[in-house]
Amino acid sequence: MSSIHINIANKTFNADGRQHCAIADLQLKIEPNQFVCLVGPSGCGKTTLLNIIAGLDSQFQGQIALTEQARNPQIGYVFQNPRLLPWHTVRENIELVFEQTPPTQLIDSLLAEMQLADVQAVYPQRLSLGMQRRVSIIRAFAINPDILLMDEPFVSLDAPTARQIRNSLQNLWLQRPHTVLFVTHDLREAIALADRLIFLSASPMQVVGDIVVTIDRQQRDAEQIEQFRQHLLQHFPAINSLL
Amino acid sequence: MFSRFLRHPQTLAALSLLLLVALWQLAATLLHNNTLPTPIKVATVLWQAIVSGELPYHLGATLLRLISSFTIAMLLGCAIGVLLGRHKTLDAFFDNWLVIFLNVPALVTIILCYVWFGLIEWAAILAVVINKLPNVIVTIREGTRTLNQDLLEMAQSYRFSRRKTFVHVIWPQLHPFVMAATRSGLALIWKIILVVELLGRSNGMGYQLHLFFQLFDVASLLAYTVAFVAVIQLIEVLLLKPLDKKAQRWRR
Repeated sequence: MSSIHINIANKTFNADGRQHCAIADLQLKIEPNQFVCLVGPSGCGKTTLLNIIAGLDSQFQGQIALTEQARNPQIGYVFQNPRLLPWHTVRENIELVFEQTPPTQLIDSLLAEMQLADVQAVYPQRLSLGMQRRVSIIRAFAINPDILLMDEPFVSLDAPTARQIRNSLQNLWLQRPHTVLFVTHDLREAIALADRLIFLSASPMQVVGDIVVTIDRQQRDAEQIEQFRQHLLQHFPAINSLL
Repeated sequence: MFSRFLRHPQTLAALSLLLLVALWQLAATLLHNNTLPTPIKVATVLWQAIVSGELPYHLGATLLRLISSFTIAMLLGCAIGVLLGRHKTLDAFFDNWLVIFLNVPALVTIILCYVWFGLIEWAAILAVVINKLPNVIVTIREGTRTLNQDLLEMAQSYRFSRRKTFVHVIWPQLHPFVMAATRSGLALIWKIILVVELLGRSNGMGYQLHLFFQLFDVASLLAYTVAFVAVIQLIEVLLLKPLDKKAQRWRR
Protein backbone atom coordinates (compact mmCIF):
# COMPACT_ATOMS: atom_id res chain seq x y z
CA MET A 1 0.00 0.00 0.00
CA SER A 2 1.52 3.24 -1.07
CA SER A 3 0.48 6.58 -2.44
CA ILE A 4 2.42 8.21 -5.23
CA HIS A 5 3.10 11.91 -5.65
CA ILE A 6 4.27 12.58 -9.15
CA ASN A 7 5.84 15.92 -9.87
CA ILE A 8 7.77 16.05 -13.10
CA ALA A 9 8.88 19.51 -14.12
CA ASN A 10 10.56 18.46 -17.31
CA LYS A 11 11.51 15.29 -19.14
CA THR A 12 13.17 15.58 -22.51
CA PHE A 13 14.62 13.02 -24.85
CA ASN A 14 16.97 13.19 -27.76
CA ALA A 15 15.83 12.23 -31.23
CA ASP A 16 17.65 13.01 -34.47
CA GLY A 17 19.97 15.26 -32.50
CA ARG A 18 17.08 17.44 -31.32
CA GLN A 19 15.63 17.79 -27.85
CA HIS A 20 11.99 16.84 -27.57
CA CYS A 21 9.93 17.59 -24.51
CA ALA A 22 8.07 14.43 -23.49
CA ILE A 23 6.61 15.53 -20.17
CA ALA A 24 6.28 19.07 -18.88
CA ASP A 25 4.90 20.19 -15.55
CA LEU A 26 3.01 17.01 -14.71
CA GLN A 27 1.51 16.73 -11.25
CA LEU A 28 -0.51 13.77 -10.09
CA LYS A 29 -1.39 12.26 -6.74
CA ILE A 30 -2.33 8.61 -6.67
CA GLU A 31 -4.14 7.43 -3.52
CA PRO A 32 -3.15 4.21 -1.75
CA ASN A 33 -4.85 1.10 -3.13
CA GLN A 34 -6.34 3.00 -6.02
CA PHE A 35 -6.60 1.27 -9.36
CA VAL A 36 -5.73 4.01 -11.84
CA CYS A 37 -5.83 3.66 -15.60
CA LEU A 38 -3.72 6.02 -17.67
CA VAL A 39 -5.33 6.49 -21.07
CA GLY A 40 -3.59 8.31 -23.89
CA PRO A 41 -2.39 8.02 -27.47
CA SER A 42 0.65 5.89 -28.27
CA GLY A 43 3.90 7.74 -27.94
CA CYS A 44 2.54 10.21 -25.40
CA GLY A 45 5.10 9.10 -22.82
CA LYS A 46 3.10 6.67 -20.68
CA THR A 47 5.86 4.08 -20.68
CA THR A 48 8.39 6.80 -19.86
CA LEU A 49 6.24 7.82 -16.90
CA LEU A 50 6.10 4.23 -15.60
CA ASN A 51 9.87 3.85 -16.04
CA ILE A 52 10.41 7.03 -14.04
CA ILE A 53 8.19 5.76 -11.22
CA ALA A 54 9.95 2.38 -11.29
CA GLY A 55 13.30 4.13 -10.94
CA LEU A 56 14.55 2.88 -14.31
CA ASP A 57 14.82 6.39 -15.71
CA SER A 58 16.36 9.14 -13.60
CA GLN A 59 17.07 11.60 -16.42
CA PHE A 60 14.34 14.10 -15.56
CA GLN A 61 13.70 17.21 -13.50
CA GLY A 62 11.27 16.84 -10.66
CA GLN A 63 10.56 14.16 -8.13
CA ILE A 64 8.55 11.08 -7.42
CA ALA A 65 7.55 10.66 -3.79
CA LEU A 66 6.18 7.39 -2.51
CA THR A 67 4.56 7.33 0.95
CA GLU A 68 6.65 7.07 4.07
CA GLN A 69 5.02 3.82 5.27
CA ALA A 70 7.01 2.13 2.60
CA ARG A 71 10.33 3.87 2.45
CA ASN A 72 11.66 1.34 0.07
CA PRO A 73 8.46 0.24 -1.59
CA GLN A 74 8.29 -2.95 -3.58
CA ILE A 75 7.40 -2.28 -7.17
CA GLY A 76 5.89 -4.91 -9.43
CA TYR A 77 6.28 -4.05 -13.09
CA VAL A 78 4.37 -5.81 -15.84
CA PHE A 79 6.11 -4.69 -19.00
CA GLN A 80 4.51 -4.49 -22.40
CA ASN A 81 6.64 -7.43 -23.48
CA PRO A 82 6.65 -10.13 -20.79
CA ARG A 83 10.45 -9.90 -20.30
CA LEU A 84 10.81 -13.40 -18.91
CA LEU A 85 14.23 -15.00 -18.70
CA PRO A 86 14.12 -17.60 -21.50
CA TRP A 87 16.70 -19.86 -19.80
CA HIS A 88 14.52 -20.27 -16.70
CA THR A 89 11.26 -22.17 -16.42
CA VAL A 90 7.98 -20.44 -15.65
CA ARG A 91 8.28 -21.22 -11.96
CA GLU A 92 11.95 -20.24 -11.77
CA ASN A 93 11.09 -16.93 -13.40
CA ILE A 94 8.57 -16.22 -10.64
CA GLU A 95 10.77 -17.50 -7.81
CA LEU A 96 13.73 -15.45 -8.94
CA VAL A 97 12.21 -12.12 -7.92
CA PHE A 98 12.37 -13.10 -4.26
CA GLU A 99 15.41 -12.27 -2.22
CA GLN A 100 14.69 -14.93 0.39
CA THR A 101 12.90 -18.26 0.11
CA PRO A 102 10.02 -17.89 -2.32
CA PRO A 103 6.52 -18.49 -0.86
CA THR A 104 5.61 -21.85 -2.36
CA GLN A 105 1.92 -21.81 -1.46
CA LEU A 106 1.33 -18.31 -2.76
CA ILE A 107 3.01 -19.10 -6.05
CA ASP A 108 0.98 -22.31 -6.34
CA SER A 109 -2.28 -20.45 -5.85
CA LEU A 110 -1.31 -17.70 -8.29
CA LEU A 111 -0.37 -20.28 -10.90
CA ALA A 112 -3.71 -21.98 -10.36
CA GLU A 113 -5.65 -18.71 -10.60
CA MET A 114 -3.93 -17.91 -13.91
CA GLN A 115 -4.36 -21.52 -15.13
CA LEU A 116 -0.64 -22.05 -15.50
CA ALA A 117 -0.10 -24.84 -12.97
CA ASP A 118 0.48 -27.39 -15.74
CA VAL A 119 3.22 -25.43 -17.46
CA GLN A 120 5.25 -24.27 -14.47
CA ALA A 121 8.22 -26.44 -15.46
CA VAL A 122 8.17 -25.29 -19.08
CA TYR A 123 10.53 -22.76 -20.65
CA PRO A 124 8.77 -19.51 -21.63
CA GLN A 125 9.56 -19.75 -25.34
CA ARG A 126 7.33 -22.80 -25.59
CA LEU A 127 4.33 -20.80 -24.36
CA SER A 128 1.97 -18.53 -26.25
CA LEU A 129 2.29 -14.80 -25.77
CA GLY A 130 -0.87 -14.77 -23.67
CA MET A 131 0.57 -17.35 -21.30
CA GLN A 132 3.86 -15.49 -21.07
CA ARG A 133 1.93 -12.34 -20.20
CA ARG A 134 0.15 -14.19 -17.41
CA VAL A 135 3.48 -15.39 -16.04
CA SER A 136 4.76 -11.83 -15.95
CA ILE A 137 1.59 -10.75 -14.13
CA ILE A 138 2.09 -13.50 -11.54
CA ARG A 139 5.70 -12.44 -11.13
CA ALA A 140 4.58 -8.88 -10.37
CA PHE A 141 1.80 -10.00 -8.02
CA ALA A 142 3.84 -12.59 -6.16
CA ILE A 143 6.13 -10.09 -4.44
CA ASN A 144 3.02 -8.44 -2.96
CA PRO A 145 4.02 -5.07 -4.37
CA ASP A 146 3.19 -1.72 -2.81
CA ILE A 147 2.84 -0.37 -6.30
CA LEU A 148 1.96 -2.33 -9.40
CA LEU A 149 2.86 -0.80 -12.76
CA MET A 150 1.26 -2.35 -15.83
CA ASP A 151 2.16 -1.21 -19.32
CA GLU A 152 -0.55 -2.27 -21.78
CA PRO A 153 -0.30 -5.86 -20.61
CA PHE A 154 -3.14 -7.08 -22.84
CA VAL A 155 -2.21 -5.39 -26.08
CA SER A 156 -2.11 -7.68 -29.16
CA LEU A 157 -4.01 -10.45 -27.38
CA ASP A 158 -7.26 -11.77 -28.83
CA ALA A 159 -10.38 -10.50 -27.09
CA PRO A 160 -11.37 -13.71 -25.20
CA THR A 161 -7.82 -14.21 -23.84
CA ALA A 162 -7.60 -10.57 -22.84
CA ARG A 163 -10.97 -10.80 -21.09
CA GLN A 164 -9.94 -13.94 -19.24
CA ILE A 165 -6.64 -12.48 -18.00
CA ARG A 166 -8.42 -9.24 -17.12
CA ASN A 167 -10.84 -11.17 -14.92
CA SER A 168 -8.00 -13.04 -13.24
CA LEU A 169 -6.20 -9.76 -12.67
CA GLN A 170 -9.32 -8.26 -11.12
CA ASN A 171 -9.77 -11.28 -8.84
CA LEU A 172 -6.18 -11.12 -7.68
CA TRP A 173 -6.41 -7.41 -7.06
CA LEU A 174 -9.67 -7.72 -5.09
CA GLN A 175 -8.06 -10.37 -2.87
CA ARG A 176 -4.95 -8.28 -2.25
CA PRO A 177 -5.49 -4.67 -3.26
CA HIS A 178 -2.58 -2.37 -3.85
CA THR A 179 -1.87 0.79 -5.78
CA VAL A 180 -2.03 0.13 -9.51
CA LEU A 181 -1.04 2.28 -12.46
CA PHE A 182 -2.38 0.63 -15.58
CA VAL A 183 -1.52 2.04 -18.99
CA THR A 184 -3.91 1.34 -21.85
CA HIS A 185 -5.49 2.99 -24.82
CA ASP A 186 -8.53 0.77 -24.73
CA LEU A 187 -11.24 2.85 -23.06
CA ARG A 188 -13.54 -0.15 -22.40
CA GLU A 189 -10.72 -2.01 -20.71
CA ALA A 190 -9.95 1.04 -18.60
CA ILE A 191 -13.57 1.44 -17.50
CA ALA A 192 -13.80 -2.27 -16.67
CA LEU A 193 -10.79 -2.16 -14.36
CA ALA A 194 -10.27 1.28 -12.93
CA ASP A 195 -11.34 3.28 -9.91
CA ARG A 196 -10.08 6.37 -11.63
CA LEU A 197 -9.26 7.28 -15.23
CA ILE A 198 -6.56 9.77 -16.09
CA PHE A 199 -6.54 10.98 -19.68
CA LEU A 200 -3.21 12.15 -21.06
CA SER A 201 -2.35 14.13 -24.17
CA ALA A 202 0.85 13.89 -26.14
CA SER A 203 3.94 16.09 -26.66
CA PRO A 204 4.30 17.17 -24.00
CA MET A 205 2.24 14.86 -21.84
CA GLN A 206 -0.48 16.66 -19.94
CA VAL A 207 -3.50 15.65 -17.90
CA VAL A 208 -6.63 16.48 -19.87
CA GLY A 209 -9.13 14.56 -17.81
CA ASP A 210 -9.31 12.97 -14.35
CA ILE A 211 -12.47 10.96 -13.85
CA VAL A 212 -13.70 8.59 -11.14
CA VAL A 213 -15.49 5.51 -12.43
CA THR A 214 -18.72 5.54 -10.48
CA ILE A 215 -20.13 2.13 -11.47
CA ASP A 216 -19.90 -0.50 -8.77
CA ARG A 217 -17.24 -3.09 -9.56
CA GLN A 218 -19.68 -6.00 -9.35
CA GLN A 219 -21.99 -4.44 -11.93
CA ARG A 220 -19.48 -3.66 -14.64
CA ASP A 221 -20.90 -5.76 -17.45
CA ALA A 222 -20.50 -4.93 -21.13
CA GLU A 223 -23.68 -2.87 -21.19
CA GLN A 224 -22.76 -0.73 -18.18
CA ILE A 225 -19.27 -0.18 -19.51
CA GLU A 226 -20.59 0.88 -22.91
CA GLN A 227 -23.04 3.28 -21.30
CA PHE A 228 -20.31 4.86 -19.24
CA ARG A 229 -18.09 5.11 -22.30
CA GLN A 230 -20.78 6.87 -24.33
CA HIS A 231 -21.39 9.20 -21.44
CA LEU A 232 -17.70 10.06 -21.25
CA LEU A 233 -17.36 10.67 -24.98
CA GLN A 234 -20.43 12.90 -24.95
CA HIS A 235 -19.39 15.05 -22.04
CA PHE A 236 -15.68 15.17 -22.70
CA PRO A 237 -15.29 15.30 -26.48
CA ALA A 238 -11.57 15.97 -26.02
CA ILE A 239 -11.16 12.27 -25.16
CA ASN A 240 -11.98 11.30 -28.75
CA SER A 241 -8.74 12.73 -30.01
CA LEU A 242 -6.75 10.67 -27.51
CA LEU A 243 -7.98 7.24 -28.51
CA MET B 1 19.03 -51.63 -44.98
CA PHE B 2 22.50 -50.30 -45.68
CA SER B 3 21.13 -46.80 -46.20
CA ARG B 4 19.41 -46.97 -42.81
CA PHE B 5 22.70 -48.05 -41.29
CA LEU B 6 24.32 -45.01 -42.84
CA ARG B 7 21.82 -42.63 -41.33
CA HIS B 8 23.40 -42.87 -37.87
CA PRO B 9 25.77 -39.90 -37.60
CA GLN B 10 28.25 -41.91 -35.52
CA THR B 11 28.48 -44.69 -38.09
CA LEU B 12 28.93 -42.13 -40.80
CA ALA B 13 31.74 -40.42 -38.88
CA ALA B 14 33.47 -43.75 -38.23
CA LEU B 15 33.19 -44.72 -41.89
CA SER B 16 34.67 -41.43 -43.08
CA LEU B 17 37.58 -41.79 -40.66
CA LEU B 18 38.15 -45.33 -41.87
CA LEU B 19 38.21 -44.08 -45.45
CA LEU B 20 40.84 -41.48 -44.53
CA VAL B 21 43.07 -44.15 -42.96
CA ALA B 22 42.56 -46.42 -45.98
CA LEU B 23 43.56 -43.63 -48.36
CA TRP B 24 46.63 -42.97 -46.24
CA GLN B 25 47.53 -46.67 -46.31
CA LEU B 26 47.08 -46.74 -50.09
CA ALA B 27 49.25 -43.65 -50.64
CA ALA B 28 51.98 -44.98 -48.33
CA THR B 29 52.01 -48.35 -50.09
CA LEU B 30 52.21 -46.75 -53.53
CA LEU B 31 54.87 -44.25 -52.47
CA HIS B 32 56.87 -46.83 -50.52
CA ASN B 33 59.08 -44.20 -49.00
CA ASN B 34 60.25 -43.10 -45.52
CA THR B 35 58.60 -39.65 -45.85
CA LEU B 36 55.12 -41.21 -45.64
CA PRO B 37 55.04 -44.14 -43.22
CA THR B 38 51.99 -46.42 -43.20
CA PRO B 39 49.28 -46.01 -40.56
CA ILE B 40 50.37 -49.28 -38.98
CA LYS B 41 53.94 -48.06 -38.61
CA VAL B 42 52.67 -44.82 -37.04
CA ALA B 43 50.44 -46.77 -34.66
CA THR B 44 53.41 -48.89 -33.56
CA VAL B 45 55.54 -45.81 -32.93
CA LEU B 46 52.66 -44.20 -31.06
CA TRP B 47 52.27 -47.26 -28.84
CA GLN B 48 55.99 -47.36 -28.08
CA ALA B 49 56.03 -43.64 -27.27
CA ILE B 50 53.12 -44.11 -24.88
CA VAL B 51 54.62 -47.17 -23.16
CA SER B 52 58.05 -45.57 -22.77
CA GLY B 53 56.39 -42.63 -21.00
CA GLU B 54 57.94 -40.17 -23.39
CA LEU B 55 54.73 -39.10 -25.06
CA PRO B 56 52.73 -38.70 -21.80
CA TYR B 57 55.54 -36.56 -20.38
CA HIS B 58 55.75 -34.16 -23.31
CA LEU B 59 52.01 -34.14 -23.91
CA GLY B 60 51.50 -33.40 -20.21
CA ALA B 61 53.94 -30.48 -20.34
CA THR B 62 52.11 -29.02 -23.32
CA LEU B 63 48.66 -29.56 -21.80
CA LEU B 64 49.77 -27.85 -18.59
CA ARG B 65 50.88 -24.82 -20.59
CA LEU B 66 47.62 -24.97 -22.53
CA ILE B 67 45.49 -25.02 -19.39
CA SER B 68 47.34 -22.25 -17.59
CA SER B 69 47.55 -19.86 -20.53
CA PHE B 70 43.98 -20.61 -21.58
CA THR B 71 42.61 -19.98 -18.07
CA ILE B 72 44.49 -16.72 -17.68
CA ALA B 73 43.49 -15.50 -21.15
CA MET B 74 39.81 -16.40 -20.66
CA LEU B 75 39.46 -14.87 -17.19
CA LEU B 76 41.25 -11.65 -18.10
CA GLY B 77 39.57 -11.49 -21.50
CA CYS B 78 36.05 -11.93 -20.09
CA ALA B 79 36.60 -9.25 -17.45
CA ILE B 80 38.07 -6.73 -19.89
CA GLY B 81 35.55 -7.64 -22.60
CA VAL B 82 32.57 -7.02 -20.30
CA LEU B 83 34.13 -3.75 -19.14
CA LEU B 84 34.70 -2.49 -22.69
CA GLY B 85 31.26 -3.66 -23.78
CA ARG B 86 29.58 -1.71 -20.96
CA HIS B 87 31.61 1.52 -21.08
CA LYS B 88 31.67 3.39 -24.36
CA THR B 89 34.45 5.80 -23.41
CA LEU B 90 36.80 3.05 -22.24
CA ASP B 91 36.02 1.13 -25.40
CA ALA B 92 36.73 4.10 -27.67
CA PHE B 93 39.99 4.70 -25.82
CA PHE B 94 41.31 1.15 -25.96
CA ASP B 95 39.92 0.10 -29.33
CA ASN B 96 43.14 1.01 -31.14
CA TRP B 97 45.21 -1.06 -28.71
CA LEU B 98 43.05 -4.05 -29.48
CA VAL B 99 43.44 -3.62 -33.21
CA ILE B 100 47.21 -3.37 -32.83
CA PHE B 101 47.50 -6.43 -30.59
CA LEU B 102 45.15 -8.42 -32.81
CA ASN B 103 47.49 -7.83 -35.73
CA VAL B 104 50.87 -8.43 -34.11
CA PRO B 105 52.09 -11.78 -35.52
CA ALA B 106 52.22 -14.54 -32.91
CA LEU B 107 55.84 -15.20 -33.73
CA VAL B 108 56.82 -11.61 -32.92
CA THR B 109 55.20 -11.75 -29.48
CA ILE B 110 56.93 -15.03 -28.73
CA ILE B 111 60.36 -13.80 -29.76
CA LEU B 112 59.92 -10.53 -27.88
CA CYS B 113 58.84 -12.32 -24.69
CA TYR B 114 61.87 -14.61 -24.86
CA VAL B 115 64.22 -11.69 -25.63
CA TRP B 116 62.84 -9.53 -22.82
CA PHE B 117 62.28 -12.11 -20.10
CA GLY B 118 64.60 -14.95 -21.07
CA LEU B 119 63.86 -18.54 -22.03
CA ILE B 120 61.74 -19.22 -18.96
CA GLU B 121 58.40 -20.87 -18.35
CA TRP B 122 56.30 -17.82 -17.57
CA ALA B 123 57.67 -15.93 -20.56
CA ALA B 124 56.34 -18.80 -22.68
CA ILE B 125 52.93 -18.63 -20.98
CA LEU B 126 52.85 -14.84 -21.24
CA ALA B 127 53.53 -15.03 -24.95
CA VAL B 128 50.56 -17.34 -25.45
CA VAL B 129 48.28 -15.21 -23.27
CA ILE B 130 49.19 -12.03 -25.17
CA ASN B 131 48.37 -13.80 -28.41
CA LYS B 132 45.00 -15.05 -27.25
CA LEU B 133 43.78 -12.20 -25.05
CA PRO B 134 42.69 -9.69 -27.76
CA ASN B 135 40.60 -12.40 -29.37
CA VAL B 136 38.70 -13.17 -26.18
CA ILE B 137 38.20 -9.47 -25.43
CA VAL B 138 36.72 -8.76 -28.86
CA THR B 139 34.34 -11.73 -28.72
CA ILE B 140 33.11 -10.99 -25.19
CA ARG B 141 32.83 -7.28 -25.97
CA GLU B 142 30.50 -8.08 -28.87
CA GLY B 143 28.49 -10.32 -26.56
CA THR B 144 28.20 -7.61 -23.93
CA ARG B 145 27.07 -5.08 -26.51
CA THR B 146 24.18 -7.30 -27.52
CA LEU B 147 22.92 -7.80 -23.96
CA ASN B 148 19.16 -7.45 -23.82
CA GLN B 149 18.39 -4.06 -22.25
CA ASP B 150 14.79 -5.07 -21.51
CA LEU B 151 15.89 -7.95 -19.30
CA LEU B 152 18.42 -5.77 -17.50
CA GLU B 153 15.65 -3.25 -16.79
CA MET B 154 13.46 -6.05 -15.51
CA ALA B 155 16.25 -7.12 -13.15
CA GLN B 156 16.69 -3.54 -12.00
CA SER B 157 13.00 -2.92 -11.37
CA TYR B 158 12.75 -6.15 -9.33
CA ARG B 159 15.90 -5.13 -7.43
CA PHE B 160 18.07 -8.09 -8.37
CA SER B 161 21.40 -7.95 -6.55
CA ARG B 162 24.53 -7.50 -8.68
CA ARG B 163 25.36 -11.15 -8.23
CA LYS B 164 21.89 -12.33 -9.17
CA THR B 165 21.85 -10.06 -12.21
CA PHE B 166 25.16 -11.43 -13.39
CA VAL B 167 24.37 -15.10 -12.79
CA HIS B 168 20.78 -15.14 -14.05
CA VAL B 169 20.55 -12.31 -16.58
CA ILE B 170 24.00 -11.51 -17.99
CA TRP B 171 25.92 -14.80 -17.94
CA PRO B 172 23.33 -16.89 -19.86
CA GLN B 173 23.42 -14.28 -22.62
CA LEU B 174 27.22 -14.24 -22.69
CA HIS B 175 27.48 -18.01 -22.67
CA PRO B 176 27.42 -18.57 -26.47
CA PHE B 177 30.14 -15.95 -26.86
CA VAL B 178 32.25 -17.52 -24.12
CA MET B 179 31.87 -20.90 -25.82
CA ALA B 180 32.88 -19.38 -29.15
CA ALA B 181 35.93 -17.80 -27.50
CA THR B 182 36.74 -21.13 -25.83
CA ARG B 183 36.58 -23.11 -29.06
CA SER B 184 38.53 -20.67 -31.20
CA GLY B 185 40.82 -20.14 -28.22
CA LEU B 186 41.77 -23.78 -27.82
CA ALA B 187 42.41 -24.13 -31.54
CA LEU B 188 44.57 -21.01 -31.60
CA ILE B 189 46.42 -21.61 -28.34
CA TRP B 190 47.65 -25.11 -29.00
CA LYS B 191 49.08 -24.05 -32.32
CA ILE B 192 50.90 -21.14 -30.71
CA ILE B 193 52.14 -23.25 -27.83
CA LEU B 194 53.92 -25.60 -30.23
CA VAL B 195 55.82 -22.65 -31.68
CA VAL B 196 56.60 -21.33 -28.20
CA GLU B 197 58.01 -24.72 -27.24
CA LEU B 198 59.88 -25.13 -30.47
CA LEU B 199 61.63 -21.80 -29.97
CA GLY B 200 62.53 -21.82 -26.33
CA ARG B 201 61.52 -24.79 -24.17
CA SER B 202 63.25 -28.10 -23.57
CA ASN B 203 60.10 -30.20 -23.26
CA GLY B 204 56.59 -30.37 -24.70
CA MET B 205 55.16 -31.32 -28.07
CA GLY B 206 56.76 -28.42 -29.93
CA TYR B 207 60.20 -29.35 -28.65
CA GLN B 208 59.69 -32.98 -29.68
CA LEU B 209 58.37 -32.08 -33.14
CA HIS B 210 61.47 -29.95 -33.68
CA LEU B 211 63.62 -32.90 -32.69
CA PHE B 212 61.82 -35.24 -35.09
CA PHE B 213 62.21 -32.68 -37.86
CA GLN B 214 65.97 -32.63 -37.34
CA LEU B 215 66.09 -36.45 -37.21
CA PHE B 216 63.76 -36.68 -40.21
CA ASP B 217 61.55 -39.02 -38.15
CA VAL B 218 58.18 -38.63 -39.89
CA ALA B 219 56.60 -41.63 -38.16
CA SER B 220 57.12 -40.10 -34.70
CA LEU B 221 55.97 -36.74 -36.00
CA LEU B 222 52.70 -38.24 -37.21
CA ALA B 223 52.31 -40.35 -34.05
CA TYR B 224 52.56 -37.25 -31.85
CA THR B 225 50.14 -35.36 -34.10
CA VAL B 226 47.57 -38.16 -33.86
CA ALA B 227 47.88 -38.21 -30.07
CA PHE B 228 47.51 -34.46 -29.82
CA VAL B 229 44.50 -34.19 -32.12
CA ALA B 230 42.88 -37.05 -30.19
CA VAL B 231 43.31 -35.21 -26.88
CA ILE B 232 41.82 -31.98 -28.28
CA GLN B 233 38.88 -33.99 -29.63
CA LEU B 234 38.38 -35.58 -26.23
CA ILE B 235 38.23 -32.14 -24.62
CA GLU B 236 35.58 -31.15 -27.16
CA VAL B 237 33.46 -34.26 -26.68
CA LEU B 238 33.82 -34.74 -22.94
CA LEU B 239 33.87 -31.13 -21.77
CA LEU B 240 32.64 -28.56 -24.29
CA LYS B 241 29.73 -30.43 -25.88
CA PRO B 242 28.07 -31.36 -22.55
CA LEU B 243 28.57 -27.80 -21.27
CA ASP B 244 26.95 -26.45 -24.40
CA LYS B 245 24.07 -28.87 -24.22
CA LYS B 246 23.35 -28.01 -20.60
CA ALA B 247 23.35 -24.29 -21.28
CA GLN B 248 21.24 -24.55 -24.42
CA ARG B 249 18.49 -26.82 -23.09
CA TRP B 250 15.97 -23.99 -22.87
CA ARG B 251 16.17 -23.25 -26.59
CA ARG B 252 13.40 -24.54 -28.81
